[in-house]
Amino acid sequence: MTWSAAARRAQQPDNTAFTQQRLPAWHPLLSAGIALPLFFCAGLAFLGLGLGLYYSSNAIRELEHDYTGDAAGSCTVCAAEGQGRAPPPRCLCAWHFTLAERFPGPVYLYYELTDFYQNNRRYSVSRDNAQLSGLPDSLRHPTNECAPYQFARGLPVAPCGAIANSLFNDTFTLWHQRQPGAPYVEVPLDRAAIAWWTDYHVKFRNPPLVNGSLALAFQGTAPPPNWPRPVYELSPDPNNTGFVNQDFVVWMRTAALPTFRKLYARIRQGNYSAGLPSGAYRVDIAYNYPVRTFGGHKLLVFSNVSWMGGKNPFLGIAYLVVGSLCIVVGFVMLAVYIRYQDQDDDNDNDEE
Amino acid sequence: MFLCKKKPCEVERIVKANDREYNEKFQYADNRIHTSKYSIITFLPINLFEQFQRVANAYFLFLLILQLIPEISSLTWFTTIVPLVLVITMTAVKDATDDYFRHKSDNQVNNRQSEVLIDGKLQNEKWMNVKVGDIIKLENNQFVAADLLLLSSSEPHGLCYIETAELDGETNLKVRHALSVTSELGADISRLARFDGTVVCEAPNNKLDKFVGVLSWKDSKHSLNNQKIILRGCILRNTSWCFGMVIFAGPDTKLIQNSGKTKFKRTSIDRLMNTLVLWIFGFLACLGIILAIGNSIWENQVGGQFRTFLFWNEEEKDSIFSGFLTFWSYIIILNTVVPISLYVSMEVIRLGHSYFINWDRKMYYSGKAAPAEARTTTLNEELGQIEYVFSDKTGTLTQNIMTFKKCSINGRIYGEVCDDTVQKKEITKEKEPVDFSGKPQAARSFQFFDQSLMESIKLGDPNVHEFFRLLALCHTVMSEEDSTGKLIYQVQSPDEGALVTAARNCGFIFKSRTPETITIEELGTLVTYQLLAFLDFNNIRKRMSVIVRNPAGQIKLYSKGADTILFERLHPSSEDLLCLTSDHLGEFAGEGLRTLAIAYRDLDDKYFKEWHKMLETASAAMHGRDDQISGLYEEIERDLTLLGATAIEDKLQEGVIETIASLSLASIKIWVLTGDKQETAVNIGYACNMLTEDMNDVFVIAGNTVGEVREELRKAKGSLFGQNNSVLNGHVACEKPQQLELVSVGEDTVTGDYALVINGHSLAHALESDIKNDLLELACLCKTVICCRVTPLQKAQVVELVRKHKNAVTLAIGDGANDVSMIKTAHIGVGISGQEGLQAVLASDYSFAQFKYLQRLLLVHGRWSYFRMCKFLCYFFYKNFAFTLVHFWFAFFCGFSAQTVYDQWFITLFNIVYTSLPVLAMGIFDQIALDTSYWTIINHVFIWGSIATYFSILFTMHSNGIFGMFPNQFPFIGNVRHSLTQKCIWLVILLTTVASVMPVVAFRFLKMDLHPTPTDQIRRWQKAQKKARPVRRRRPQARRSSSRRSGYAFAHQEGYGELITSGKNMRAKNPPPASGLEKPLCNSTSWLENLCKKTTDTLSSFSQEKTVKL
Repeated sequence: MTWSAAARRAQQPDNTAFTQQRLPAWHPLLSAGIALPLFFCAGLAFLGLGLGLYYSSNAIRELEHDYTGDAAGSCTVCAAEGQGRAPPPRCLCAWHFTLAERFPGPVYLYYELTDFYQNNRRYSVSRDNAQLSGLPDSLRHPTNECAPYQFARGLPVAPCGAIANSLFNDTFTLWHQRQPGAPYVEVPLDRAAIAWWTDYHVKFRNPPLVNGSLALAFQGTAPPPNWPRPVYELSPDPNNTGFVNQDFVVWMRTAALPTFRKLYARIRQGNYSAGLPSGAYRVDIAYNYPVRTFGGHKLLVFSNVSWMGGKNPFLGIAYLVVGSLCIVVGFVMLAVYIRYQDQDDDNDNDEE
Repeated sequence: MFLCKKKPCEVERIVKANDREYNEKFQYADNRIHTSKYSIITFLPINLFEQFQRVANAYFLFLLILQLIPEISSLTWFTTIVPLVLVITMTAVKDATDDYFRHKSDNQVNNRQSEVLIDGKLQNEKWMNVKVGDIIKLENNQFVAADLLLLSSSEPHGLCYIETAELDGETNLKVRHALSVTSELGADISRLARFDGTVVCEAPNNKLDKFVGVLSWKDSKHSLNNQKIILRGCILRNTSWCFGMVIFAGPDTKLIQNSGKTKFKRTSIDRLMNTLVLWIFGFLACLGIILAIGNSIWENQVGGQFRTFLFWNEEEKDSIFSGFLTFWSYIIILNTVVPISLYVSMEVIRLGHSYFINWDRKMYYSGKAAPAEARTTTLNEELGQIEYVFSDKTGTLTQNIMTFKKCSINGRIYGEVCDDTVQKKEITKEKEPVDFSGKPQAARSFQFFDQSLMESIKLGDPNVHEFFRLLALCHTVMSEEDSTGKLIYQVQSPDEGALVTAARNCGFIFKSRTPETITIEELGTLVTYQLLAFLDFNNIRKRMSVIVRNPAGQIKLYSKGADTILFERLHPSSEDLLCLTSDHLGEFAGEGLRTLAIAYRDLDDKYFKEWHKMLETASAAMHGRDDQISGLYEEIERDLTLLGATAIEDKLQEGVIETIASLSLASIKIWVLTGDKQETAVNIGYACNMLTEDMNDVFVIAGNTVGEVREELRKAKGSLFGQNNSVLNGHVACEKPQQLELVSVGEDTVTGDYALVINGHSLAHALESDIKNDLLELACLCKTVICCRVTPLQKAQVVELVRKHKNAVTLAIGDGANDVSMIKTAHIGVGISGQEGLQAVLASDYSFAQFKYLQRLLLVHGRWSYFRMCKFLCYFFYKNFAFTLVHFWFAFFCGFSAQTVYDQWFITLFNIVYTSLPVLAMGIFDQIALDTSYWTIINHVFIWGSIATYFSILFTMHSNGIFGMFPNQFPFIGNVRHSLTQKCIWLVILLTTVASVMPVVAFRFLKMDLHPTPTDQIRRWQKAQKKARPVRRRRPQARRSSSRRSGYAFAHQEGYGELITSGKNMRAKNPPPASGLEKPLCNSTSWLENLCKKTTDTLSSFSQEKTVKL
């Protein structure tokens, strides 16, 4: 069909590729020449990647111990003592384990909680970031989201909210016995940089000191009801107390799933920088944190890491599955293509 | 219509001329028209009110309120308010611009100037300031500003001519005449200013052909009818000035009353969207209920034990209540499944498509410098779903130009362009038209392509001479000389104009006429014929004749008319010629030309005198006058000698045939709705191949009563379905149940092509009674439907009928004000632009200059829009569901506590910033029906740009600085840094991308092999033969010569003969002699009445014709 070739006039639309919808364009046509190699290549690449991931994940060593106190173990006593009492009494228990061979480093020590819903909305909104960032105004006037841990006995709670109130307060020390019969030597736990750098340096800040004293800065506030001591006494170290206490900062970064691990310490000092040598070990546990009321568990985890992070067999398996699917589908497509290509050729010949 | 709301309906209108104070008592509407919706003050409240009537907007308002309740608020308020404000602002801006343009066009019309008589002086006044009762002056070729009572005009006897094409589509001029008492006022301003008549008339209504009123002036009463009224929208023609008194103004005028209500048009996608949104609400509620139940259970089983860490508010102890609150919280969180930005995105896409229509050079008509224009930007995808096209005829299918194309004189055809009909067009260009420039009086525009005709004239073939002499003598054309001495013809039907012009170019120039004489120039010599009698045209006679005495004293009767009629009255000696001419006529008719047969008769003096005497007595008869006269006409118009036939082409617009053919190929049905006569309409049907000789049958419905119409419809249906059904359908009672059955099976069982031609009168009956369904059923079974002589309102009714009962998407296309109602009724209205009147364009959704652009509009723009919109919707829903349902999954891990996975800013920005542009780009630029198969640079820019935007916003929000400013709103500091450095993240992104793309690619690949779509095949084929040119479309078949008996069609109106013989329309060159003054005066009322009577008769007599098989 020929359209009248129009003379150029003022009203005439511009003859540009854009206005006339003639922009150069890429029309991907799913030809066999593109699609089939694509599938096979992607499949092979994924299989390779998947294998790599799977093996490196498997190479990661983990050592877990459930110290909730349900099963046999020294923590059973503590668990039984704490039953039904709030706050639970201070109780000490220990976990003994033996490493037959070296546990390669760097070793990380985590605590793990199960069925603890840090991701519950009412729980996770119950905090005041402004207060935690050290704004004096917010210190005195915590946000309403913190309720009912907003005010206690008429005083503003610092740090306010349910997250802070439920701060994990079990503590661990690790002891190593080089030879049987030898005394246990304390393994130095590096607890300095367990929080994110940004959290520790930017997001969490103590309110400005009053007369050089943090305690005075917090004067007129109340600690969260569950806390036995105020926030400025979390640690004797002035760089690790108040809102910038590393344990506190770690705890405040809430977990996305109800079973979660949080970093407690790194083991990378002295003789232990290359890992935990073989021998007997003891973890002394200050058992304070009640989890049995809601059916949760507390675990201690020693783990090392690989190039792709912590232990995660899923990713490797997922890559393997997707890779093999690609190859299978590729073969199906190849079969279909060969079969119908012949027909098409015949048809084309007929038409001509 | 506006009037009735404000105050009780007007029963009767009383208007006093030149007395604004008096008329103000009644609060009649003034002449201002409003099509705009808002003013500056009312814009905000009205627009907001309208916008919140939309389900989605209201829903988001509701969400906003929910979010203000702290127990429920799972997202902060800005997640909803940002998109909502954005959406509402954008829509408001668009509405405001639309309305601004309406204001502009209103202003343009309202500010047209007209001369109004104020305080005894003619003053220029804007149209909008014209008030009821004002006297205004109109000049030639001006639009009439309001409905006027004609007072006086430049023509004798207060006559004036108007063109009503804007109103009813009829192209012949109509005569209006003032009351004799008022026509005496003339142009005397002081007398006009003193005119203080009072008009009492009907209330405003939409009946174009009816007016009842009484003028009281100087203690006497004069009845008024439609003949004294000039309606708004008409154009004054052939009358240098006239004065009129405004009766109806602005919204009360019949034009505006006829234009119907402006309905807000929605597309079927819109309606689908609304239902979809409702379904989504249901889905949302289901999700909410599931999650609320989950929450109740969780609170009961787990949450209760978790109490040490997770406080319970005192009032929240009940887990059921907690579930209830959770329901609302999840309604808020999952709100993104209800796509608020979808509406805006759709508007943007449509706007983009509209611009593509505006920009399309293939729809630009250089002849009138008129580009196509999408006036409504919200209907584009509907263009791809059109099933029925309703087209006006005059000005839309045809150019309203009649050209003398061929003739058959004494058995020989002239004007046959060449023997090789296949390549007619090219030859046309090559071959030189006959050169008429040698003749000083030749009309420039006339073209004729056969030299042999000129040779015959030069050789002095007496038949040829007689033929053209007849054309120059037998007509109702008035001639005039303009200042340069050029002849100008005033024609009342374009057909006649074409014939007289043809004669003029062949050397038989019609010069002038008086009531008693006709002067023509025959090959250079002036000859004056004495006009003895004028046997006027009417629809029963289908012919007109003049009886003249030539200078030699011979009396001749010249007659032209429908071949079917004329051939019956030929002298036996013409038998051989009759056969030959009849063949020629068939040929002409087959080409869709309008034909007239030409014949003459020599009369002897005595016979004529006798006859004339009888005619005079018959004219004076008190009763049965018309019958007697027509009897006498029959008597003298016999034993005619055939001269030949003429063939006039009602020129089609360019490319009409091809367009209709390709639209039919796309199974779009085209109905022609025209105000014109049946013959004319049928002729055009043949000319543009909508009616063909191959058709099994053409049903003509022309019944005059309900019974007749029903009978005709039944008969037509009977022949469609064969004998059995027609017997069964004998009674109305048993018809009803049968109908449904027929409708369902009908369209498959009918074989062969049928066409339906229905008359306006029959249509009125068919539309108003129970036979509506019969009509619809029959019409839908027919390949072609032509409705002729329909009023503007009937056009709309027909469209409405199809729209409602067939549930089909309709498009109406037209150029005049008479098409406005149908344009407004149809799903999509298209106006032909570049014409004088603007009403159709103003009422339309799309406008362009040529009918042929309809093809591109529907088959390219419409189709693309539809596909793009569908794909866009799929993508949009996909991305929103994928985005939102994550929260459903996460609910099972977070204790159904309405915790969000994403941060709130991501939720806020996801739809409107991060993901809108790529989808939008696809919606605007994609060109083929598959997935995004058309990656232009813009798609790339949008996709990569969106990703870049996402990351830049992400980094900003997670930066130290913004945390320092708003620690509670942006607590994300460090997240990006920590997560993006994790290799796992990137591995997961890679995995997800591949895992989600691979199945689609595989599916497409397999589908292409197993079930290739046409697009696939074409693309593969294109790829295979890039060098080969695409197949050329075959030219439409050369039309076969036909067996049609008659192509007669004549746009002529009865009554002009009488005008001519009475001399009423002759311009008085000298003051009429005193003695003659009395006679015309006493006579004038009678002929005028006659004229009026006849025009009304025309309609009824016309429809009395029986179902003639064409």
